[in-house]
Amino acid sequence: MTKTLNNKAWLFVLPVFGIVAFSAILPLMTVVNYSVQDTFGNNQFFWNGVGWFQDLLDPSTQLGERFFDALWRTLLFSAIILMIEVPLGIAVALAMPREGWGVAFCLVLMALPLLIPWNVVGTIWQVFARSDIGLLGWAVNRLGIDYNYTGDPLDAWVTIIIMDVWHWTSLVALLCYAGLKSIPDAYFQAARIDGASRWAVFRTIQLPKMRRVLLIAVLLRFMDSFMIYTEPFVLTGGGPGNATTFLSIDLVKLALGQFDLGKAAAMSLVYNLIIIAICWVFYTIMTNADAQRGRVQE
Amino acid sequence: MTGTVAIGPSETKVSAAPLAANKAVPRPRVNGRVVVMTLYLLFLMLPIYWLVNMSLKTNTEITSGLTLWPQEITFQNYVTIFTDASWYSGYINSLTYVLINTVLSISFALPAAYAFSRYRFLGDKHLFFWLLTNRMAPAAVFALPFFNLYSAIGLFDTPWAVALAHCLFNVPLAVWILEGFMSGVPREIDETAAIDGYSFPRFFIKIFMPLIASGIGVAAFFCFMFSWVELLLARTLTSVNAKPIAATMTRTVSAAGMDWGLLAAAGVLTIVPGALVIWFVRNYIAKGFALGRV
Repeated sequence: MTKTLNNKAWLFVLPVFGIVAFSAILPLMTVVNYSVQDTFGNNQFFWNGVGWFQDLLDPSTQLGERFFDALWRTLLFSAIILMIEVPLGIAVALAMPREGWGVAFCLVLMALPLLIPWNVVGTIWQVFARSDIGLLGWAVNRLGIDYNYTGDPLDAWVTIIIMDVWHWTSLVALLCYAGLKSIPDAYFQAARIDGASRWAVFRTIQLPKMRRVLLIAVLLRFMDSFMIYTEPFVLTGGGPGNATTFLSIDLVKLALGQFDLGKAAAMSLVYNLIIIAICWVFYTIMTNADAQRGRVQE
Repeated sequence: MTGTVAIGPSETKVSAAPLAANKAVPRPRVNGRVVVMTLYLLFLMLPIYWLVNMSLKTNTEITSGLTLWPQEITFQNYVTIFTDASWYSGYINSLTYVLINTVLSISFALPAAYAFSRYRFLGDKHLFFWLLTNRMAPAAVFALPFFNLYSAIGLFDTPWAVALAHCLFNVPLAVWILEGFMSGVPREIDETAAIDGYSFPRFFIKIFMPLIASGIGVAAFFCFMFSWVELLLARTLTSVNAKPIAATMTRTVSAAGMDWGLLAAAGVLTIVPGALVIWFVRNYIAKGFALGRV
């Protein structure tokens, strides 16, 4: 489908541009303003140039060390949950019932965690994983494993990862299920006639058909895990120590906790630039895939 | 004709009966798909079951030992929430800003999505990408500047502040979803309507919007969802009058210790609106999560 060139279309886009610019560009200008200044309180600001950015990007300074620690932690977290959630989501999507009442039943139950407010997710797991009143913590301790997510960094990580898998795998599964459902039956019949194995069907029919939705799933999951804040904040508060202090948590600590506006603003900008860069990579891959698909269809 | 049709099934039944009997010989065959699905749903439901279980217990029972179901069911926690204005007003506040946000996002996004799906224009790709980056922007970056901005324009501690702030990520998402659904509608419909003498607004409302009704429903569902689950901005932009329920929940920590039962009951009640909304869109859920792009 070719689109016609029409610059009047801007009139349609203008309201959206206005409202998003109001809530995106205006606040970002405040951040830029803060990021080049220093304050000693009392609303007095001093020009600081690129000082904060130099500190931030130099791991040998206190601020830089803190920033890079949080950055690696966040990247590690995103990598782990992608490695678990994507294969698990595909497996669950393949295990969906084909028809009948079971479909709606599974869909509704699967979507349920997605609509729970994020701090309630944190609360649910905080309670569930406690060793005194929580089923999970109690059961694991009964098995003879010493488990305490508020004291042990590894336990805290495991709990947060399981929580995120619980919270978000359904998103990947639902996306994949949508992709699978769009495959015409004729493909499977052809595969059966050719005597294709289950694995061959998956590799050559189902996986390529899921490529597009998987891309969306990976994009959404990566971005949302990269800016995760509420759930770990409620569950561990970034602790024990700094073990689960992800970038967002560190940023809020710096901005709203210590009111170090200059440092926090510089950190926000770098954080945002990283997000935009990664987003651009995904966007390019996605639009290229679209263009290819368009060519195939023509 | 009717005679043969009537005989047909009964004949097959007779011949099928011995076969079925043969098959009924116990042959333990594990269905992998059912096992995976059951285990996964069990994993999803366990923490929720535990929350519901706790909300029906008294605090003494919760802290005195682990019980798999309430020994004596109490609804006191729920009664407290429904009778105490400081509790139930939290739900009203949350629902207010969520609904304002959903209506705003959809009405702003509809024309823009149409433009993106039908026309090329100066900077369209860059604009679309810029919108997308706002969907991905971390709320933590915006918390403080939003606080300054909405205090300055006098909207602080009103549902409007939260509703407008949530537009940051919901408007781009709505544009993205609606664009996907609109691109599935053939352009010929637009052209035919124009030839038939429909003015653009009439065409859009009378013909086009019913065609993408499911898309509008899905977009509304997602706006509802992301506005309902977000807390960082909602908490930063409110203090007393528009405080969302999720922030009210922190009240259960008091000098007397944690009121676990009340906390659990409040948690269960935050799940209910989401569950209701899912029920209404259950037939579109799969396509919706693919953002109209399958």
